[in-house]
Amino acid sequence: MYSDIVVEHFTNPRNIGVVENADGRGQDSNPVCGDFTRITVRLADGKVAEAKFKTFGCSAAIASASMVTTLAVGKSIDHASRISAQDVLAALGGLPLVKEGCALMAAGALRSAIADAKVRAG
Amino acid sequence: MRRIYLDHAATTPVDPRVAEAMAAVYRDAPGNPSSIHDEGRQARALMDTARERVAAAIGAEPSEIVFTSGGTEADNLAVRGTVAALRHKGDHVVTTAIEHHAVLDTVSELEREQNVRLTVLPVDRYGRVDPEDVREAITARTVLVSVMHANNEIGTIEPIAEIGRICRERNVVFHSDAVQTVGALEVDVRRLPVDLLSLNAHKFYGPKGVGALYVRKGTPFARIQTGGGQERDRRAGTENVAGIVAMGAALEIATRERAVESPRLARLRDLLLSGVRDAIDDVVVNGHPTERLPNNASLCVRGVQGESLIVALDLAGIAASSGAACTTGSLEPSHVLLAIGLSREVAQGSLRLTLGRATTDEDVDVVLGELPRIVSRLRAASPVA
Repeated sequence: MYSDIVVEHFTNPRNIGVVENADGRGQDSNPVCGDFTRITVRLADGKVAEAKFKTFGCSAAIASASMVTTLAVGKSIDHASRISAQDVLAALGGLPLVKEGCALMAAGALRSAIADAKVRAG
Repeated sequence: MRRIYLDHAATTPVDPRVAEAMAAVYRDAPGNPSSIHDEGRQARALMDTARERVAAAIGAEPSEIVFTSGGTEADNLAVRGTVAALRHKGDHVVTTAIEHHAVLDTVSELEREQNVRLTVLPVDRYGRVDPEDVREAITARTVLVSVMHANNEIGTIEPIAEIGRICRERNVVFHSDAVQTVGALEVDVRRLPVDLLSLNAHKFYGPKGVGALYVRKGTPFARIQTGGGQERDRRAGTENVAGIVAMGAALEIATRERAVESPRLARLRDLLLSGVRDAIDDVVVNGHPTERLPNNASLCVRGVQGESLIVALDLAGIAASSGAACTTGSLEPSHVLLAIGLSREVAQGSLRLTLGRATTDEDVDVVLGELPRIVSRLRAASPVA
């Protein structure tokens, strides 16, 4: 049902937690199933220095959040804010059609965290 | 990896003795039971014996057993057949909020499409229906009451003897979906005042695709499919001879072994539940504390999604299920868990472990080793816990 990459990111998720003194906090949810993901980021030198997540959700939602934080860290702020659901899906080796909303939620949470950081930075 | 199968409420593996009986039919008895020739008569004789076995297991007469393609068809036949047969008499059906979709979706469709009036009774926090609610719901226009014998998700056993007596007093047909209980509990229609009872072979170590509806003699009844007039014109279609033979064999074995097997399962289930309670905080055990199926452990683990638990357990070699019905991608919390008063959030963390003949003490130990680790790992990633 899931790719090896999804299983790996579900079983050993990267970047669990909350960034201390985060520059930005974001959240996205899936109204259909009640799942939600919160992402916090720290920015430095025009890049995403740190990104962490917490997810209440299914295995695919957890794997997607783990993957999106992995993709974001080290990228320029501009680049990271453009990470899409398609990018997450590609990096995970795909998700079943009914779980693609999980990738959308992960990308949405990251984007809102970076947007929040931009607003706070003025 | 050795697998531990704890999803017997979904389906049970076919007993090897049953599989052999089934294979023998395919191998040696090719006839159609409606044919006059020797091959036909042989198939008919095998089916007659199976019918006697199924009837004997529930205290019925062979002529009161209608073989179907499974529990869903038996439920449809009971509900649609009764409503059609009694249309001249009334149009009101009483059922409960925790029935299987085979009943709930059927009565809902009848309400929408045939103007049937419907009363869906609530349950208490253990999932029990109050028989007095049934009494109050019955009107002069009531044609059918349908209450399941035991719930497939939370394992609660319903007071169907009392409900049946009320229906009999009021002269209303009473149907019970006994798919989860036949084979596990004593079900005897000589003592139990039910008119219609649904059975399903693959819940008692028989094959999938065969079940039966018990129809008490004299119960108003209308067929819902037309054709060759099989099953005394109550269910058209060439009978699934091998499946029916297997169902008879499976039920005979389950009935014979029940006195030893059910207490054994209840002991293992209790070990599992007390181990889970000791090792994991914030766990809700669903269903009635004593009036419950011997093999059912239904839990809700706060802060995590049931699907995550199922996938993590599966990766650890344990087959379990969630109360949440996953349809077309949307994980809707189970209607049963919402009916017993759980919040959507708690209901989403549901986990159902249902034990069976192959389950051992060692299996329970393995689950008690894996589950707390999985829960703490998932909770570490959860914003709720």
